[in-house]
Amino acid sequence: MCTTCGCGDPALVPVELHERILAGNDRTAAHNREHFREWGILALNVMGSPGSGKTALLEATARIWSGVRLGAVSADLATDNDARRLERAGIPSRAITTGQACHLDAEMVHRALHGFAWNELDAFFIENVGNLVCPAIYDLGQEANVIALSVTEGEDKPLKYPVMFRKADLVVVTKCDLVPHLDVDLDRIEDALSRVMPEPRAIRVSARTGEGLEAWKAWLEERRASVARARAEEPRGHEHVR
Amino acid sequence: MHEYSLVMSLVQRVEEEARARQAVAVHAVKVSVGQLAGVEPELFRTAYETFREGTVCERAALEISTWPASWTCPGCGRTFALGEVLRCGACDRPAKVDARSEALLLDAIDMEVP
Repeated sequence: MCTTCGCGDPALVPVELHERILAGNDRTAAHNREHFREWGILALNVMGSPGSGKTALLEATARIWSGVRLGAVSADLATDNDARRLERAGIPSRAITTGQACHLDAEMVHRALHGFAWNELDAFFIENVGNLVCPAIYDLGQEANVIALSVTEGEDKPLKYPVMFRKADLVVVTKCDLVPHLDVDLDRIEDALSRVMPEPRAIRVSARTGEGLEAWKAWLEERRASVARARAEEPRGHEHVR
Repeated sequence: MHEYSLVMSLVQRVEEEARARQAVAVHAVKVSVGQLAGVEPELFRTAYETFREGTVCERAALEISTWPASWTCPGCGRTFALGEVLRCGACDRPAKVDARSEALLLDAIDMEVP
């Protein structure tokens, strides 16, 4: 009630919240992350433009990373083509068809995990919708973000999409076998990365020739080892609350 | 166009809060958007204009505070703007992003309670 004059009118109250607008997504992402960590699974959010070579990178990963149980979900607006390609490459995969949604959110990933023997995996790839804008802002519960950036996309791509690139733990510069045919300077790509990422890390690869794939595998193994170490140091049960 | 799904979450959250406090009206919704949040304030406003119809936010003004992208060297406190190499040459350390640059916050709601 109005306390100024006691007239009985409702009072205007400022309610201070200061909470993230994405708090709901963050909670589901934390739940996904807890699952991945409980089982010691390296979960990676693989992002990049349409056609940047995300699927080809994962296909190549299946060829070189033997003895590791891989799984994937692959998001696309309208087809399950990429999930089928990954299946053919030997990575058990599910498609997430997002319809008009330009990104994955934590709930879509959570739903896709159900009915998937994901807890028997060592590494899990979440291939996001091809898009350099929207996927960056949704936490999915991943351990790290990997961005595929192809050499045909232009040297200044990181400067044009700082929100996406600053979230990358690793940028995989793809299709490097095409460099002799292009006017592209890979050092300039790396300079652009240093202007959006305080600690830029990039690996130059070609899924076609195999260039750089050993360095990519070494990065994967390093990240996987850190997930395993964290699990060993923090053994705990998981209460499934959802 | 994730601004639409963000506004849906925002309006739902405001409805929750208004219900919990038995508000009779909501006058203003205040949000903060950093330049690195991945949200275009004008698109956000357009999405809000579309979605608020028929909700508790129907007559509530949307106030957006925006914050530029900035980073700070944890050693010497030097600041960096978008476009600069994000490493302090003097301290040889990577700069740290300032929290406000990536803010995407529901700051406050002005509501009328009985």
